[in-house]
Amino acid sequence: MTATKMTGANALLEALERQGVKHIFGILGGAILPVYDELCRHPQIRHILARHEQGAAHAADGYARASGRPGVCFATSGPGATNLVTGIANAHMDSSPVIAITGQVPTNGTNTSYMIGRDAFQEADIIGITTPITKYNHQVRSAAEIPQAISAAFYIATTGRPGPVLIDLPKNVQNEVAEVSFDGKIDLRGYRLAGAPHPLQIRKAVELLVEAERPVILAGGGVITANASDELLTVAELLLAPVATTFMGKGSFPEIHPLSLGNIGMHGNPLANKMLLEADVLLAVGTRFADRATGNLDSFCPEAKKIHIDIDAAEIGKNIEVDVPIVADAKQTLSAIYERLIKQVKKRTDSPWLQRISEARKLLNPPDKTEDGELKPKRLLQTLRKLLPESAIVTTEVGQNQMWAALYFKALKPRTFISSGGLGTMGFGFPAALGAKTACPDRHVVDIAGDGSFIMTEQELACSVIEDIPVTVIVLNNGVLGMVAQWQRLFYKRRYMAVKLGRSPDFVKLAEAYGAQGFRVESIAEFEKAVKQALKSTVTTVIDVPINSEEDVAPMVPPGCGLGQQIGDY
Amino acid sequence: MENNQKTIVIAALVENKPGVLHSVSNMFRRRNFNIESITVGQTEQKGVARMTITVRGDEKTLEQVVKQMNKLIDVIKVGRLEPENIVSRELALIKVNAPDAKTRTDIINCVEVFRGHIIDVSPETLIVEITGTSDKIEAFLNLMKPYGIIELARTGVTALARGTHSIRIEE
Repeated sequence: MTATKMTGANALLEALERQGVKHIFGILGGAILPVYDELCRHPQIRHILARHEQGAAHAADGYARASGRPGVCFATSGPGATNLVTGIANAHMDSSPVIAITGQVPTNGTNTSYMIGRDAFQEADIIGITTPITKYNHQVRSAAEIPQAISAAFYIATTGRPGPVLIDLPKNVQNEVAEVSFDGKIDLRGYRLAGAPHPLQIRKAVELLVEAERPVILAGGGVITANASDELLTVAELLLAPVATTFMGKGSFPEIHPLSLGNIGMHGNPLANKMLLEADVLLAVGTRFADRATGNLDSFCPEAKKIHIDIDAAEIGKNIEVDVPIVADAKQTLSAIYERLIKQVKKRTDSPWLQRISEARKLLNPPDKTEDGELKPKRLLQTLRKLLPESAIVTTEVGQNQMWAALYFKALKPRTFISSGGLGTMGFGFPAALGAKTACPDRHVVDIAGDGSFIMTEQELACSVIEDIPVTVIVLNNGVLGMVAQWQRLFYKRRYMAVKLGRSPDFVKLAEAYGAQGFRVESIAEFEKAVKQALKSTVTTVIDVPINSEEDVAPMVPPGCGLGQQIGDY
Repeated sequence: MENNQKTIVIAALVENKPGVLHSVSNMFRRRNFNIESITVGQTEQKGVARMTITVRGDEKTLEQVVKQMNKLIDVIKVGRLEPENIVSRELALIKVNAPDAKTRTDIINCVEVFRGHIIDVSPETLIVEITGTSDKIEAFLNLMKPYGIIELARTGVTALARGTHSIRIEE
């Protein structure tokens, strides 16, 4: 082992470089100054200054989801670290590999220099705070330990079921000069990855699939994480099995494919919700059967034999009982299933089940009643799809904007639809868009936003302009916190409480104040024109689209109901 | 639902380092699992501590407890011990009122029957040490109640599987 004398701060940046890190989103502060000072000597790493640590964490998350590579964020101790918390929790719920590095007050000191555990200035127990919302966290106690800690952080964040890892670096450790070696092995004896899919389970799954008359595949976010979309497509086409996606699985299967049913769930596509209930065999891949996806569990696919592929053993049997569990990587498992299936089934072009689906598709897809020129979310999002190339990345905020996007904006490729699924974090979409654009600078990135959500992280307009990360924000501006207003309308007899935003601020002026460009559009034609201009622009564009504040996301499965009990028109 | 409840003992080998107990107890709290008792101590292997956790729940919950324990990165190995296949012991120290000779004699007789020890005597009190299964300790405590229990300290259950079955890290 070769060791070099260096500071902890230098060891950190060397270790990050060795992991291939090119971008860091962050905000500095007193307890992380030594690391930032060292950044001056590491020009290969680009630091992007967020305007709030939550923005930095979401940007790292968006970076990771768009690229499949871990996203890194930095924050100082205390409030810097606690401001990351929402972003870390968000990454945890959606299994996104985010590496958060936080400064911490020193672990040593005298009576005159404060140390950890004594309620020092900007001290917060970020390890305690983030334990339930990280895959792993660790406070490094010596500079020599840094290379291993960083290797372990990246290994844990990116393997198995990915997730965020936080490394807390006390200031004295950043300054400590030590003999540091980068070729030490990491020892994680308590971290074991799922192996290859068990052949017996594959055989059982294939037996069910071969016999199935009405198979449905349910693809979750795990398909995207595992880069298993190609394998999913081959299995679906061989079986002629329609594919429904969970919200996190959107993009794992091209939504213009004839076998695509769209999303299931509370605001799922009625076709997907309905067909899932009729399935006799359900092949669920990389999904945790989240409550918003399944609705009432008692009436979820009651007739179907269920095969559940997940890399996380704890997801098997957590929410629903399954007949054939397979704990393994989705890509490997789908390949193994295909290899065995191809020997037993002949390729077909039609089946009674497909005919049933195409009939249902006609019934459940009424013609668009939107009048010409009316600014309805459905028409807007369908127009946006036409204007954007296949490779464009769309992020969303949370609420009605997000559910409209899920319903009407067809995702064609994995990693092109990025949204806060599990935590439902308003304010995620815009900084995530900046992260995605940083990871994929040659592609268009569009944040589909609502006025309520956009305001929550709108300060990152400064980051996008100053750091030259041009994206497009489409604000579906209804002047209310729309989703909760919809719930008040439907379930609280229209007693509106605390949902009115009053069409403030003026988003065009807001954009301009930050040095971005802003447009307000009053018609579909103006919308098209604005989007085209935005796509050509070298600066971030905010398009303000005033819409009706009473517009519902419909249909909807009311809370507590089964997927078959959808209310409202599609 | 209540009928499906059972109690098991989880033996977990964990990294012997700061924060591990926190991450385990945090997971139990967060997932709404109940710890009936927990004991932690060093093992014969360096750097490895052993947690013995008694949990009560239905089968589905207990299965989740084991899986969620396994997910924790500082937890090296998890074993599920069914009550019928283990030897388990708990130790209790009980300070009892013993103001006169008659009471004293009575208590000492009980302690002998339960194979306990008197480990401290004062003019007013006795401290008794009892080791055994939790049931045995409960039974002894019931006997002591009429005399007046002043203070009670119980260690919680610790357990090993019977026979050759063991939970250890293979070198």
